[in-house]
Amino acid sequence: MSARIFIPRDTTALSLGADSVAQRLEHEAAKRGLEITLTRNGSRGMAWLEPLVEIETSRGRMAYGPVIPADIPSLLDAGLLEGRTEHPLSQGLTEAIPWLARQQRLTFARIGVTDPLSLDDYRAHDGFRGLEKALAETPQRLVDEVKDSGLRGRGGAAFPTGIKWQTVLDAPAEQKYIVCNADEGDSGTFADRLVMECDPYLLLEGMAIAGLAVGATQGYIYLRSEYPLAHRILEAAIARAEAAGYLGDNIADSGHAFHLEVRLGAGAYICGEETSLLESLEGKRGQVRFKPPLPAIEGFFGQPTVVNNVLSLAAVPYILAAGAEAYAHYGMGRSRGTLALQLAGNVKYGGLVELAFGTTLRELMESYGGGTLSGRPLRAVQVGGPLGAYLPESQWDLPLDYETFAADDAVVGHGGVVMFDDSVDMAEQARFSMEFCRVESCGKCTPCRIGSARGVEVIDRIRRNDNRDGNLVLLGELCETMEDGSLCAMGGMTPYPVQSALAHFPDDFLRQAEGEQT
Amino acid sequence: MSAYPEWTSSLIQAETNALKHKPGALLPILHAIQDRFGFIPREAVPIIADTLGQTRAEVHGVISFYHHFRATPPGNHVLQVCRAEACQAVGSRTLEAHAKARLGVDYHQTTADREITLEAVYCLGNCACGPSLRLDDSVYGRVTPESFDALVDELRTQPLEVM
Repeated sequence: MSARIFIPRDTTALSLGADSVAQRLEHEAAKRGLEITLTRNGSRGMAWLEPLVEIETSRGRMAYGPVIPADIPSLLDAGLLEGRTEHPLSQGLTEAIPWLARQQRLTFARIGVTDPLSLDDYRAHDGFRGLEKALAETPQRLVDEVKDSGLRGRGGAAFPTGIKWQTVLDAPAEQKYIVCNADEGDSGTFADRLVMECDPYLLLEGMAIAGLAVGATQGYIYLRSEYPLAHRILEAAIARAEAAGYLGDNIADSGHAFHLEVRLGAGAYICGEETSLLESLEGKRGQVRFKPPLPAIEGFFGQPTVVNNVLSLAAVPYILAAGAEAYAHYGMGRSRGTLALQLAGNVKYGGLVELAFGTTLRELMESYGGGTLSGRPLRAVQVGGPLGAYLPESQWDLPLDYETFAADDAVVGHGGVVMFDDSVDMAEQARFSMEFCRVESCGKCTPCRIGSARGVEVIDRIRRNDNRDGNLVLLGELCETMEDGSLCAMGGMTPYPVQSALAHFPDDFLRQAEGEQT
Repeated sequence: MSAYPEWTSSLIQAETNALKHKPGALLPILHAIQDRFGFIPREAVPIIADTLGQTRAEVHGVISFYHHFRATPPGNHVLQVCRAEACQAVGSRTLEAHAKARLGVDYHQTTADREITLEAVYCLGNCACGPSLRLDDSVYGRVTPESFDALVDELRTQPLEVM
């Protein structure tokens, strides 16, 4: 009997040599006259075990990782194909690995289990159940279901998704649009990429449901150009979904149309801001628009447009299939459902951790992350991307919840958790935040465009001990101006990492910058 | 020898015509031209502008706004080093300095042998396994100065693959 083996093909697994592992395995198996069937699945999100090799057994899939090509002969010798557990890389049953078993995977239930492009696999693992239910409902019922689930925008702004949909549903127009914001630019985040590379039909299904809910027949996925593999997989998934009748003029024989197209960004962080994204999609410079009007009223080419993050849309099929109550059952306070946390940076066991809102950062970084990769003490953590605050140990017991974080000058954002050990220079990190804003500002408003350039200079002077006290006051005023005077979160939130670094790690600003003399 | 074919006005016109019907066609057109020829020649600007009924200033403004688009030919390979925070936390600043020193170029520059163009990138979505870099369309994780050198050596010793 042919043994069924799984080796992931997402960006992370590939970046660590998954293709070479697959080639070596096929080569060794042929040499030994062993019959194998190799499936290139998505990743389970256990980045620390990639490349993860799994073998199907009667007890379930057995895991081995992280595997390099040179491990293949010894793995085969140690009974890989029978799922034996003697090899040092054996992790036992995949689904019993505590890191994975303790998660609450609703959105990511299928990743790593299936072949991302197989429609049969998708259907066999509960795919399209949300869409089937949605086809039997009125648009208002669909919007109500999403409202009742408590789902809020997972891109970072946390605006209630159902209310956005209601606005678009209520806006009379000839043509409405669903735009998926897949410009996942925050450092430390890769959950959108995992959805698109490992379970692309989930996103397509979520967008089709959104189309039915608000009366939109055209959707766009605005994908960052830094994700070439996600691009290829999405294009292939759309073609297959069209051929199978899940997209097109008559989706699932319902008489409803929904067309979908991927559009590539071009390396501009600001295009993750929804109005810049729309400008870019219209073929313009990605400059922020004034609001109002809201995109829900006047969005893509002036038409009512739902702009939702990948994770918001990817949560929708579960909400429809299992019901709003099932989703809202998870979470705390006004943050309902699950949050896709991404453990990144200097972390021993990094990857995707989906949990209900309410976990603490410490729990996440210690019992999932296992501390730092370097083994040195953890010193600071940046949550929510380059515009998120740096949190010192005194804030690690905050439960992950939008309101709790906001009350403590922090942001949950897109759920990226970037860990730093004690070798970090927080003044250098603060400088980088300003530098990043200078590079990525769209240039429309002065506080952001000019403020960030001056911010870099002021921090450089502080680090040189050039009128340090005066420049610290100036930096505080500059941050206040950027926060109050910028058009969008780019300039408005760049002060978060800067001021948190200053507030919690002031000693780092008193040290001389490397190679500088006072 | 370049990895890309030579551009001509008629080829650029053809790429533009193939996509001009799309709503918001400019970015898709620019991508198509750059994917095919490696960059967007200055002479493409009036062709695109005339076809889309836009001004040359508008087209130029879009090309210059986005980091991805380039107005000069790249080397045979484009190598992007991630500069974002998650990679910083695991040593990307050292890798960055090493890459510049090893290649003898700064960001946005091409090596003297026209083999490699070095670029900065802000996140490749491989943040649990940094430092990361992208070489053409492949991403590499947990890159060390040593594995960087091995990668670059391999590029320079392998004959160029023909598409």
